[in-house]
Amino acid sequence: MNLNQASYDRHDRMLRIALPILVLVLVLLIWEAVVRINHIPPYMLPGPGLILRTLADDWELLSQSLLVTLATTVEGFLFAACGGVGLAVLFNQSRLLEYSLYPYAVILQVTPIVAIAPLLLIYLPQPLAVLACAWIVAFFPVLANTTLGLHSVDRNLTDLFTLYGASRRQVLWHLKLPSALPYILGGLQIAGGLSLIGAVVAEIAAGSAGAGSGLAYRIAESGYRLNIPRMFAALLLLSVAGIAIFYALSFVNHLALRRWHESALSRET
Amino acid sequence: MPPAINSQTSLLALHDVSKQFPNGTLALSNLNFDIRRGEFLSLLGPSGCGKSTALRIIAGLSAPSQGRVEWLAAAADKMSRIGFVFQEPTLMPWASVFDNAALPLVLKRAASETIVKRVTGALDRVGLAKFRQVFPRELSGGMRMRVSIARALVTEPQLLLMDEPFAALDEITRFKLNNDLLQVWQATGTTVVFVTHSVFESVYLSSRILVMSARPGRVFTELAIEAPYPRDQNFRTSAEYAAYCRRASMALAQAMADDTPAGDGDRT
Repeated sequence: MNLNQASYDRHDRMLRIALPILVLVLVLLIWEAVVRINHIPPYMLPGPGLILRTLADDWELLSQSLLVTLATTVEGFLFAACGGVGLAVLFNQSRLLEYSLYPYAVILQVTPIVAIAPLLLIYLPQPLAVLACAWIVAFFPVLANTTLGLHSVDRNLTDLFTLYGASRRQVLWHLKLPSALPYILGGLQIAGGLSLIGAVVAEIAAGSAGAGSGLAYRIAESGYRLNIPRMFAALLLLSVAGIAIFYALSFVNHLALRRWHESALSRET
Repeated sequence: MPPAINSQTSLLALHDVSKQFPNGTLALSNLNFDIRRGEFLSLLGPSGCGKSTALRIIAGLSAPSQGRVEWLAAAADKMSRIGFVFQEPTLMPWASVFDNAALPLVLKRAASETIVKRVTGALDRVGLAKFRQVFPRELSGGMRMRVSIARALVTEPQLLLMDEPFAALDEITRFKLNNDLLQVWQATGTTVVFVTHSVFESVYLSSRILVMSARPGRVFTELAIEAPYPRDQNFRTSAEYAAYCRRASMALAQAMADDTPAGDGDRT
């Protein structure tokens, strides 16, 4: 019975990995076949083979651009993480500060970044403007999640800290921040993906102004030059970068919470 | 009638303590009783009689609307003299058993040798010596409650306040913890105030029971349990125990009858 269950589980896990790969291979084969049978020219729709070849041929250029975009994304993410957590802690310590500033954080969040990017490009040098965009988009989920987390403290534990005469700093350090950690990590996971989106949006805006060196700029530039295979290759790299960021943050999340949090518990047992 | 309070034998006294919540509910009305040094005192009463509120007022977690709590023992820092055990274990899920039990000392910035010595001692006392590095989620409900008790013991409190600590446990675990709690109480010589709605638990544990009635909460009657300690399974099955349980049950029934004014329609 148990053995059956175990082998069923293993079977299930294999299917989980094998089926998406099978779908991918099928789609790519059909794509390639459609392109070849119908003789679709590469500037309309390149086949997967050509895209991979372009990726290899243009690797020097594209990898440079990838590094630029990744650097912006990581910087934007780090600033957003520090700023979001820091501001949430300040808000938590001072209600007046929260009342004064929180509405503006919301305004920053709800105004579409595509609309802000061209403005920022006017007032800031191009790399800084791109960084600012990545930061603006990534910052709010960290702030909102950390704020929620800092308010989600077990009331009995708060009483216990009061009973033993804990200082504000002790309550923050020993109680509020650990309680908020799962929320903060959740916010960071969203922020990682959004930071990449912010950087891409700003690079596209910068690209339409004819400046830049990131991957999204390459996409815009290749579009103007009708170099569609390179567009696809750059897009592929962006997706891979996004997936890598997501899984890297999931892994950090798991490492930090695996010993105590419910979300990590179900994954282990 | 407030009982005569003797400052030689009393640790703490409540004088005419009343508590009205902001929503208008009168939780406690003219509560008068003292807590005697070294005793095991139970507050027994129906749900909503303000037992827990009284405990929070004694702990200083809640201020009385009227009246006062007077400490009769000369305690330099009375807050460090109180241990509190909540109805739930209330552990920090991100911290190991050792770190959870060490919390009160860490907050008081005690020296690390003191912390290690006292926490080790307290964990030994509740039978968790082997579980120092384990996290709360890996423990059973009863063991979590033991951690909670160890945490209350590390400051070596003069007064241990317990708010229905075993209410959520199964009966077998509860019996075991009752016995262990009595052992801890006798070994440390601390004073315990134990809130419960279980007649049997209160009789088994206490040297004195205050039966409370509800709406507003007040002391209905007092019952001394004169059976000698140490008490064990033999006591639980004795005729003496049964007789005390009967008396306590009757007192509780009277307290609840006393508390039903005509036309009270919102009883829960």
